[in-house]
Amino acid sequence: MFRREFAAYFATPVAAVFLSVFLVLAAALPFQLGRFYEQGQADLATFFAFHPWLYLFFVPAVAMRLWAEERKAGTLELLLTLPLTTAQAVVGKFLAAWAFVGLALALTFPMWVTVNYLGEPDNGAILAAYAGSILMAGGLLAVGSCLSAVTRSQVVAYVLSVAVGLVLLLAGHDLVLSAVRTWAPVWLVESVAAMSFLTHFQAVARGVLDLADLLYFLLTIALWLAATTIVLDRGRSR
Amino acid sequence: MIEARSLTRRFGALTAVDDLSFSVAPGEVLGFLGPNGAGKTTTMRLITGFLAPTAGHAQVFGHDMRRAPRQARASLGYLPEGAPAWEEMTVRELLAFVARVRGLAPARQRDRLAHVVGRLGLAPVLDRRIETLSKGFRRRAGLAQAILHDPPALVLDEPTDGLDPNQKHEVRDLIREMARDKVIIVSTHILEEVEAVCTRAIIIAGGRLVLDDTPQGLAARAGTEGPTAERIDAAFRALTAGAGRA
Repeated sequence: MFRREFAAYFATPVAAVFLSVFLVLAAALPFQLGRFYEQGQADLATFFAFHPWLYLFFVPAVAMRLWAEERKAGTLELLLTLPLTTAQAVVGKFLAAWAFVGLALALTFPMWVTVNYLGEPDNGAILAAYAGSILMAGGLLAVGSCLSAVTRSQVVAYVLSVAVGLVLLLAGHDLVLSAVRTWAPVWLVESVAAMSFLTHFQAVARGVLDLADLLYFLLTIALWLAATTIVLDRGRSR
Repeated sequence: MIEARSLTRRFGALTAVDDLSFSVAPGEVLGFLGPNGAGKTTTMRLITGFLAPTAGHAQVFGHDMRRAPRQARASLGYLPEGAPAWEEMTVRELLAFVARVRGLAPARQRDRLAHVVGRLGLAPVLDRRIETLSKGFRRRAGLAQAILHDPPALVLDEPTDGLDPNQKHEVRDLIREMARDKVIIVSTHILEEVEAVCTRAIIIAGGRLVLDDTPQGLAARAGTEGPTAERIDAAFRALTAGAGRA
């Protein structure tokens, strides 16, 4: 399942276009908007700071086709009548998409080479940030997988995924939190922030790979994938 | 053995399949007939487990499609309506994927691939993407994935749709040949196919069973003289007239 799906990305020019645009933006944003050079620091903090926003638009583009396309092309019928469980199909597809996004992220390695050439960054912290970044991408991808199973239109899947992703990111953004802080008790503010991808990613991006953050992302992925399975199985009996 | 017991499927207010019961034994080729919208495809989907029934159940060699879906599906080959396949894959990749998912050992995978490719004349298009194939080759690629694991039961939804007369003939030969030891259900609205390949025919209309008989028995119902195919045609129209649905 994984192999079929992963290979499918490279069977069309979509993969090449996606990877190129992602890499150009991943590199250009820190330089243009983030004043990567002017900071005079040999680290990748600015680079990683853009990742949540980059993923917000790119990951749903990868996820939207996962199930909507199968439904539309009728191949869902072929897939779901093979001796696979729905969960196996869901996980296989998710892992292939995750590996694809992982490949995109891995291809940003020249950024890492550059900072190592220019100075002596904390490579442990960079590694942790990379781990946080791929985990967050996985979270958004699992959300996208579920929303792609809801519809046969890829455009609808994309728009829904961006919207839900935005909520999950913004729940941890200072703008939202300070607005909530004016009227809500501290525990509520804390729990809203704790729900957010951003809060957990920023913790990891600082270079501290905490078990709690790791669990948060893995649990998020598991929950949304379970939801995907339920949506698909419900479709059989509705 | 494929068994349907009181299969019922509702979509909202619409009852697509209504309390349908029948069983098919090895050696039988069951022709599943009905006007468009009679519930043929829905029944195929219930038997293969793509859809869950609202009531009743489907069994394949004693494995209940809901309670033991993997075992039931393992003994089943299925050609869905329209022969859907992943457009960006080549025929070879499609068959390799299905073989892997179905757990065929590499040596058996090679044997079976050679067999189905030879039998269905797929050699010239083996490394072409499915999106570039003609309707006939697509259908044959779909048939190939259905019979690849040599399943004891086959469900074929309009297997000869889109084939030219020679190809139709080939596919019917193949079905007859496989029928010796397999359970086969063929849905079709081409009535000449019933006489050509089926040992038994079921007609449904409005989701209900209208008739379960041999092709000869069906023809006899026309009450006229003439070639069997024409009489089957007349009987079919008499049984289903007015039962069609959009």
